[in-house]
Amino acid sequence: MTKGRALLEVQGLRVAVAGNEILKGVDLAIRDGEVHALMGPNGSGKSTLAQVLAGHPAYTVLAGTVRYDGKDLLEMKPEDRARAGVFLAFQYPVEIRGITNSYFLRSALNALRKERGEPELDPIDFLQFLEQKLKAIGWDDSMMNRPVNEGFSGGEKKRNEILQLAVLEPRLAILDETDSGLDIDALKTVAETVNKLRAPDRAFLIVTHYQRLLNYITPDVVHVLADGRIVKSGGPELAHELEAKGYDWLRDAAMVS
Amino acid sequence: MTSIEAHVQQPYKYGFVTDIESEVVPAGLNEDVIRLISGKKGEPAWMLEWRLKAYRNWLKMSEPHWPNVKYGPIDYQAISYYAAPKQRPKLDSLEQVDPKLVQTFEKLGIPIEEQKRLTGVAVDAVFDSVSVATTFQAELAKYGVIFCPISQAIREHADLVQRYVGTVVPHNDNFFAALNSAVFTDGSFVYVPKGVRCPLELSTYFRINASSTGQFERTLIIADEGSYVSYLEGCSAPMRDENQLHAAVVELIALDNAQIKYSTIQNWYPGDEEGRGGIYNFVTKRGKCAGRNSKISWTQVETGSAITWKYPGCILQGDNSIGEFYSVAVTSHRQQADTGTKMIHLGKNTRSTIVSKGISAGRGQNTYRGLVKIMKGAEGARNYSQCDSMLIGDKCGAHTFPYIDVRNSTAIMEHEASTSKIGEDQIFYLRQRGLSSEDAVSMIVNGFCKEVFKELPMEFAVEATRLLGISLEGSVG
Repeated sequence: MTKGRALLEVQGLRVAVAGNEILKGVDLAIRDGEVHALMGPNGSGKSTLAQVLAGHPAYTVLAGTVRYDGKDLLEMKPEDRARAGVFLAFQYPVEIRGITNSYFLRSALNALRKERGEPELDPIDFLQFLEQKLKAIGWDDSMMNRPVNEGFSGGEKKRNEILQLAVLEPRLAILDETDSGLDIDALKTVAETVNKLRAPDRAFLIVTHYQRLLNYITPDVVHVLADGRIVKSGGPELAHELEAKGYDWLRDAAMVS
Repeated sequence: MTSIEAHVQQPYKYGFVTDIESEVVPAGLNEDVIRLISGKKGEPAWMLEWRLKAYRNWLKMSEPHWPNVKYGPIDYQAISYYAAPKQRPKLDSLEQVDPKLVQTFEKLGIPIEEQKRLTGVAVDAVFDSVSVATTFQAELAKYGVIFCPISQAIREHADLVQRYVGTVVPHNDNFFAALNSAVFTDGSFVYVPKGVRCPLELSTYFRINASSTGQFERTLIIADEGSYVSYLEGCSAPMRDENQLHAAVVELIALDNAQIKYSTIQNWYPGDEEGRGGIYNFVTKRGKCAGRNSKISWTQVETGSAITWKYPGCILQGDNSIGEFYSVAVTSHRQQADTGTKMIHLGKNTRSTIVSKGISAGRGQNTYRGLVKIMKGAEGARNYSQCDSMLIGDKCGAHTFPYIDVRNSTAIMEHEASTSKIGEDQIFYLRQRGLSSEDAVSMIVNGFCKEVFKELPMEFAVEATRLLGISLEGSVG
């Protein structure tokens, strides 16, 4: 692992939603190419962190800074963050009626390409591009002509998020409980795909409640978030420890400290 | 106002006034005014008689108040029923059109000059009460297609007009149709002869310019056996504090194996944010599938008018005939729309399809009202109806009133309805993928309207999507 400047650096981040403080001072640094897992009990603020990093307007930042690739991420609009390479795989992907997945993905990709000064892809060029990406991850194109997430099963929606990740090739991919609601086969498929997408210029922040996803994706660092703070960080073995002991021992530790 | 609402509630872009000398008859309605209008148009006696009959009926009728809209009383004596730009009444060539009128239409995106014309589209440009130019008439004549202002048709094709006018919408059909029949000025006339596929899209652009006037156009389209025609109307008006009345009548007749595709992009001035001013769009549109295997399709994109009251319908008389209605109606600010369709099944194996999309924003009120009537003789009739409503914000309303009257037990009816709310979560999802919030709203609204937009002729789908602040791309994904 290269030790360089952090791609993402979160310092003292405090965040409220609807008047309730959820994040109470989060510090986190992720370097290019690293895979970090963020674990923690329900309600600890994992998804809040994911949403805040992506710029969801419902959250209010009370204090702290987030720097991404040298820029002040919190000052950037959600679309500018996306164009700068921040991708969030949603826990609850929304449906967009009447718009095919293929059209949606092409629009998104072109928004990113435009930002990078690359020519936009027409539908034919996009199909070729897509074919390559699908081949690389070993998926077929059966989802492409269906309306975005409409009538998708829970598992299909999650897979669709990963497909978007593969096409949009972000520099920082945040997976918000992508494993929840997946059966074991789907979980494996998603994990294998994420592993294929690991690259020196692509970092991951994998938010998960359970350790089982980490049986297939080995993270570089595991963090435990409890009551709005990161209470422990460690190597992959920390995930196993949590699986065995649960979260309570850490929560108690957090209260004491 | 949320970011979503801001995108939907765009300022009206066609609110300018053309400074042109007009001849406006004094306000008020009586038999003399009707004689005057008829005289100005050089009409034969039978037409005047028909108008007077309509007027006398109208006097006995009262304004309908069953629609789900609210407005103050209309003073029919305060309206001027004829306004025309001063120019030579008979035009031999488009070069003689007043440059101010040419500029006006050009500003509206309707070039009528020879060299700038839209390819593949013939245009009849109507300014207040008169048609000022009709393009491609000579080219169409080569195919035997008649496309001209209805005033001209009354003079030059009296037999056709007399045979068909009022056969689909009788002069006493309803209050506004009766008023129109008495005072109608211009509008378009189309006749497509047997077996001819009209080589161009035909279109009429209606512009209201003069103040304190109403526009009462009448359109009559006849598709003879085995013919096909696609027709589109567009419209706009200046921004004024007063309400102006637009009471049109459109009649379509499709004979055996004929097809008429009628599209509307309605963008009358909707009034301001507080609901001041705007057009009252009280319109009667009806098509008759008179012949076997005939087909009439109505597609409408309604974004304008303070109040819309219209139910483009089909009388499915010929066996195996088909009626279709595809509609997008948008109400924002304080606009009110009560719109839908009537499908009357008379013939055997007649089929109708209704797809209605209502979008409400601001304090807009959007009502779908539709009637499907299956008469006794309509063996094997089928109807499919789908009514979807989308709400943007929490001060608007959507209402659905489907009426079904089935008198033949072999009929098959399907009805689907949905209401959805465009949410910040949807917008955020798309922005997270790199789309601007404008593009995100566009994509969502566009996806919602897709089934209707795909029915529009390509040239006008662009106009429709632009009107909704939408890029076309989304509808053709």
